[in-house]
Amino acid sequence: MNTDEKTIFARPEGMTDIVTHYCPGCTHGIIHRLAAEAIDSLGIRENTVGVAPVGCSVLAYNYFNCDFLESPHGRAPAIATGFKRLRPDMIVFTYQGDGDLISIGMSEIMHAANRGEKLTAIFVNNAIYGMTGGQMAPTTLQGQITSTCPSGRDLNETGHPIRMTELLSGLVTPMYLERVSVHSPKHIIQAKKAIRKAFQYQIDNKGFSLVEVLSTCPTNWGQTPNESTDWLEGNMIPYYPLGCFKDSFADEDK
Amino acid sequence: MAKILMKGNEAIAEAAIKAGGNNYFCYPITPQTEVAEYLAKRMPEVGGVFLQGESELAVANMIFGAAATGKRVFTTSSSPGISLMQEAISYMAGAELPCVIVNIMRGGPGLGGILPAQSDYFQSVKGGGHGDYRLLVLAPSTVQEAVDLMMLSFHLADKYSNPVMMIGDGMIGQMMEPVEFPDVYEEPELPEKTWAITGAKGRKPRVVRSLFLDPNKLENNSWHLYDKYELMKKNEVRFEKYKVNDKNEILIVSYGTMARICQTAIDEIEKEGVSIGLFRPISLFPFPQDDIFTEASKKNIKNVLVIEMSTGQMIEDVERAVVGKKKVTFFGRTGGIVPSPEEVIKKIKEMVSKKSKTKKKA
Repeated sequence: MNTDEKTIFARPEGMTDIVTHYCPGCTHGIIHRLAAEAIDSLGIRENTVGVAPVGCSVLAYNYFNCDFLESPHGRAPAIATGFKRLRPDMIVFTYQGDGDLISIGMSEIMHAANRGEKLTAIFVNNAIYGMTGGQMAPTTLQGQITSTCPSGRDLNETGHPIRMTELLSGLVTPMYLERVSVHSPKHIIQAKKAIRKAFQYQIDNKGFSLVEVLSTCPTNWGQTPNESTDWLEGNMIPYYPLGCFKDSFADEDK
Repeated sequence: MAKILMKGNEAIAEAAIKAGGNNYFCYPITPQTEVAEYLAKRMPEVGGVFLQGESELAVANMIFGAAATGKRVFTTSSSPGISLMQEAISYMAGAELPCVIVNIMRGGPGLGGILPAQSDYFQSVKGGGHGDYRLLVLAPSTVQEAVDLMMLSFHLADKYSNPVMMIGDGMIGQMMEPVEFPDVYEEPELPEKTWAITGAKGRKPRVVRSLFLDPNKLENNSWHLYDKYELMKKNEVRFEKYKVNDKNEILIVSYGTMARICQTAIDEIEKEGVSIGLFRPISLFPFPQDDIFTEASKKNIKNVLVIEMSTGQMIEDVERAVVGKKKVTFFGRTGGIVPSPEEVIKKIKEMVSKKSKTKKKA
């Protein structure tokens, strides 16, 4: 063996060696990896518990190499609250999609955020219900075709898509809120920083943190993986602008 | 410890602390809100966790997350709130998490009323949420018994890794009675919680879940739960008999506050030479069906009278226990109306006189 060889890229310890069930071109795998890398780099794997949602990432516990709870649909922030209140020494994160977090779980996420639970929420927004096969989500864009709005989302019938991170920004208590995307390497690097920072907020006991990650769903969008990253950039980012909405301790970093 | 005078709801709260149930999540609802008010002050004193959630839906899920730590957790609510908790209760039963849920029942359906009722028997005993599962259900008839059963509930929840529900009607929650707490709650040794989520340090990650996409695995889990419930049936049947003897003409089956009222009625009518026995189930699941069968089968028993503060729910289990051997009659008031001993006596007299008439004809 050549001792000059150095490992520069490997599976994070925070991930298991299991092939995911995600569709080709779906970015859940990337987001899982970013969370696992953050957990690794912060050295918290053995003290972390994740809460899996109901949705495509319901089986997230198979892919993360840390303790996990599997939540009823939308209730992950309540599950995480119960756990964290009893174990404030542990790191707790939820991993939730847009149907889970905004639709059925709107109440639980708003109140957990507003109580300032010391949690980290990783919120994956792909503008559709993935697991059930492509129905309209609260995040589905105007005119976007899904199986339950076959003529395209009609704002007169269903209102405007919900910008969740902006909505949470209206609360005083949450400490760190950022929206990122994973459709290009540049954006993935930015997303990685944000997710790490969200965990750091919790480690420092600074309050509630959430990172919204714009994600693709080529299968249910009816696109190729490449088309889907283009669609995300051209359609989602204009409506869901990227950036940091709240970074209450930003001054401390300077 | 000396006896002290306490309101049922507060006594239940203190009993939980005695049993190490130092973690409480709640949402206000009449007639059990005193539990929350009491614990808002008391939990900080004992270094416990108190949190008022945004809804019963959230609270039950907080209990779910909290139970996964392996520590003792509980919540209290009343009928409409318990309905909202059914989602998480089903998940906890599926994931085999221990917790204690207290239902201080009020009249329903819907928003119903705020006065005492026993109309959540089906919901508690037959599985209020989805799926093949059972709760261990206990029903106290005095404040002292509420204290004792509350402590026992934590033990049984851990023993079977299963949610335990204690149901009392609003009367149990609201009335004041002298109660005595043990200095220390002593309980038999329990198995180690090898499933508790504590961080994957020096071990493989643990997952608490109720999802089994493979139907064979889900079926196995359901039969595994079934075996556990069978074990409860074998070990945890609890009941009390009052004045049950071979002179009884009628065997009353009643639980909770209603059973106490029946006792008064039995004492009164005894003075008139009518002998009635009371069988009071304490565990509603497991239901004391074999013991009810034995008592009801006795030659002297002409009639089994089921008395509930509902339009008749437990009666279905009594009928199942009696298997047609004796006539099973029902008397009940509901909607928050608590029957008086006089009403019970009137019902007994009706039954006794009918019987004498039949005799005359013969």
